[in-house]
Amino acid sequence: MAVFPFVVVVWILGVGLYGVVTSRHLVHQIVCLIVVQSSTYVLLLAVGYVTGAVAPYFFDIKVHTPAVDPVVQALALTDVVVEAAVTALLLAFAIQAYKRFGTLDPQELVSLKG
Amino acid sequence: MDQLLPLCVVVPLLVAATISALGWLLRPRRRMLDAIAILTCAAVAAMLAVVLTQAAHQELVYWFAGFRPHHGVAIGIDFAVEPISAGLACLAAVLVMAAMVFSWRYLEQVSTYFHALMLTFLAGMVGFCLTGDIFDMFVWFELMGVSAYALTAYRPEERGSLQGALNFAITNSVGAYLSLSGIALVYGRTGALNMAQIGADLARHPPDGLVVVGFVLIIAGLLIKSAIVPFHFWLADAHAVAPTPVCVLFSGVMVELGLFGIARVYWSMFGQALGHRAGVSTTLAVFGLLTAVVGALFCMRERHIKRLLAFSTISHAGLFLTGIALLTPLGLAGVAVYVIGHALVKAALFLCVGIVLHRLGSVNETRLHGLGRSLPVTGVIFTVAAFGLADLPLFATSLGKGWIEDGSWVLNKGAVTTLFVISSVLVGGAVLRVAGGVFYGLGDPPSESPQMAKQSDEETSETPEAKGRTPLSMIIPAAVLAAAAVVVGVLPHLGAAVEAAAVRFQDEAAYNAAVLSGLSGVHTSHPIALYPIAPAGVTLSSVLTAVGSVIASVLLALAALYWRRLPVLRRGFEPGTGLVRVVQGFQSGVVNDYVAWAVVGLACFGGVLALAIR
Amino acid sequence: MTAVQRRWLFLAGMAILAGFYLWGLTELPGFGNYPGPYGFVINRIAVAQTNATGVVSAVNFEYRGFDTVGEEFILFIAAIGVATVLRQLRNERTHESAGHEGLGAGSAETTDAVRLATLVFVGPAVLVGWFLGSHAQTSPSGGFQGGVVLATAFVLIYLAGEFLVFRRFSPIDLVDSVGAVGAGGFAAVGITAVALGLPYLTNFLGLGTVPGAVSSSGTIALISFFVGIEVAAAFVLIVGELLEQTLLVQRGGR
Repeated sequence: MAVFPFVVVVWILGVGLYGVVTSRHLVHQIVCLIVVQSSTYVLLLAVGYVTGAVAPYFFDIKVHTPAVDPVVQALALTDVVVEAAVTALLLAFAIQAYKRFGTLDPQELVSLKG
Repeated sequence: MDQLLPLCVVVPLLVAATISALGWLLRPRRRMLDAIAILTCAAVAAMLAVVLTQAAHQELVYWFAGFRPHHGVAIGIDFAVEPISAGLACLAAVLVMAAMVFSWRYLEQVSTYFHALMLTFLAGMVGFCLTGDIFDMFVWFELMGVSAYALTAYRPEERGSLQGALNFAITNSVGAYLSLSGIALVYGRTGALNMAQIGADLARHPPDGLVVVGFVLIIAGLLIKSAIVPFHFWLADAHAVAPTPVCVLFSGVMVELGLFGIARVYWSMFGQALGHRAGVSTTLAVFGLLTAVVGALFCMRERHIKRLLAFSTISHAGLFLTGIALLTPLGLAGVAVYVIGHALVKAALFLCVGIVLHRLGSVNETRLHGLGRSLPVTGVIFTVAAFGLADLPLFATSLGKGWIEDGSWVLNKGAVTTLFVISSVLVGGAVLRVAGGVFYGLGDPPSESPQMAKQSDEETSETPEAKGRTPLSMIIPAAVLAAAAVVVGVLPHLGAAVEAAAVRFQDEAAYNAAVLSGLSGVHTSHPIALYPIAPAGVTLSSVLTAVGSVIASVLLALAALYWRRLPVLRRGFEPGTGLVRVVQGFQSGVVNDYVAWAVVGLACFGGVLALAIR
Repeated sequence: MTAVQRRWLFLAGMAILAGFYLWGLTELPGFGNYPGPYGFVINRIAVAQTNATGVVSAVNFEYRGFDTVGEEFILFIAAIGVATVLRQLRNERTHESAGHEGLGAGSAETTDAVRLATLVFVGPAVLVGWFLGSHAQTSPSGGFQGGVVLATAFVLIYLAGEFLVFRRFSPIDLVDSVGAVGAGGFAAVGITAVALGLPYLTNFLGLGTVPGAVSSSGTIALISFFVGIEVAAAFVLIVGELLEQTLLVQRGGR
């Protein structure tokens, strides 16, 4: 069981990338990108876990109680915001792309190639 | 003054926020807005120049919020600056300033967005260079990225803009997430995010799977950003459609920052840990040389001038990576000077293309044949810069390239030099062909397939106003940048200074000690060079190679322009035929393909490195 | 490449990449055995050094505050990017004046039940958002969470079918400025420390007496406030732009 969360991480990454590569709809592709990012959340939080420890909030518990790593949680928080920002921008691109190309199929959204 | 370091990043951010907050006030006052932006960039460039001179004497270490390392454990974020990072950041500021001067009053304006985006792009680039914390580097990488995606799509009325922005954003985001996975992986072993601490920790044990995988994953995002084959497909799409001042930054600095990141990650964190230098060196060099040649071939084939320059950037990125891969101070010094020269020359070329777009309304080489004769000054600047790109001796590009070639004996001097010459000749030939055809009307217009013609026609003028004369604000930056490339090339004592900086950059032990001691100004005691320090001078062989390759480029350009008038028919450069079409098919414009190739490329890279180091 | 070729190429590459990745992951200390010093050191010293009992917020706004500045600006720039990309283009016109009829086929008439249910929650959403934003140093909360809940209040107004009211409460320029004030405010808090001769983002306000009280932990609370308004403004801007693009703007001539 010590390795299981990490297998999950690789699986999520694989599934997300598969979605991006085989997608026929831009919004689906963007959501698959979110899935790829989710694998990093699982990895971060799994890496910082300490068995038998509590959450690092000492409002109502003693300060020296063993707690899990707060740094990865802060990193995950930062990543969530970054991902939200990128997703918002990509969705805006998708709206404009639909207006200009009339389709959201990535294979049709080609005006530059070669 | 220590406090200059955070100001270099925070000042553009604050100005960008202020501009946006006062948008209603500034929108009608275009000149004030432009002036504020230009002054901010100038201020940042000046501050970074001061930082550069300070860093030359000591290691500058700055801890944010006053949190110094706690018994050897870094609990805050730091900026750790030495000459190469400060120099690159300064270059970024100078280029942003040139781009803002170029877009003075003319670039189509939407509220205050363009200026805010450019200033945050600058802040992201400077932060990326100066930081000593790997997660902080990721944050600035993302800030650079998001600003870049928005700038690429600045003119969404063009279909190509959206395609370019989408391909750029999706591919680079995948890269960023892979890098983040690497960071988390390394954190899981070392429990640290500070690069010096990670380096010290990893060096304690022999390299195992985690170190190799961590390195490859962190590098993944940087390789995609540096447009190394097979991660390079997005660059051409993005360059073809971004506004000209933005292209200047993409080609001049953004791609080079990816390469700087690779060097930084290797030398700060993994150098001592990975150990097996030959394996790492050869793998990176193979990818670099492949990129150089592929980029050059695609460059020769293009008729859309901005895309042509984009492919030449890809080719040069490959050359830079090869220089870094040599893992010697001379190689790194060569890359540093080459990057400066290339940035100045490429910026000048893009600005000239911007002038052409402003005055003549097109970037299609075939359509523009001979029309550039009405732009004599631009023609001269473009031709001078083109020779600079072809590595004519006296330019900084030639100087840097010579050092890399001199230092390539650690791998295989013959192979490296040959491939360098081939890619230089092809790139130089392509750019000189454009110069000769467009600005002097030499020869016949190059042929193009109908699909290429349609592509270049989609690019319409970025400036809505009248096009009678070329404004000074467009010509001067181009001229100054091209001249600067020559000036840097002939600076005395440049070699010794840059090589000393390179030695310091590669001295991992001293860097770690300086940062973790928490104090600035600790003199690094006798940095240990891993290879003998070869003198960085101008050798006869490198000059002869350079002159030879320039002559070959000129001949190639003339051949490309005049081949129809010769009895010998050469069909090799016709777009759309035979083998060329197969190769062209790779650059399909579909982002699914790009991500698939990136995964395959990463698998190859990781697999080879794993085998080499095991 | 055809879709089939692409899929097989990707699967081959991914198989190798997955194996490679797993090879590295299995060398980790194992789930639950976090080894490293960073988290333990922070847990030991954070409450004493910052008087904040919410250690994750202390890390976010204090120890790694500079990262958070960058991340704030990423969100701010993304909102600006959305506004840039979705701006009205020269050949399109709006139906600003037409009220409900002008909203086009995109919006549906809402029933009274929906309207009541959503509007009832607007007030509590604002309160909860405010509460979350001001308790960063105490318990699991903070500027980000609070800001998002605050933005939800605006979205609830839209869901009640009142898009024009939503637009009147959050005109683009004002929201833009508020977002800029939030992001700039955060950076400015850091600059104030520089002006006082301290390193950037040092906590220069009094730390308070009781750890975890709302008034304690100095700049953490202040920064959390700025972050809250910036996040709220950014999300309102983004959601508003996306809605506006689909509802109000139509191609000229239709």
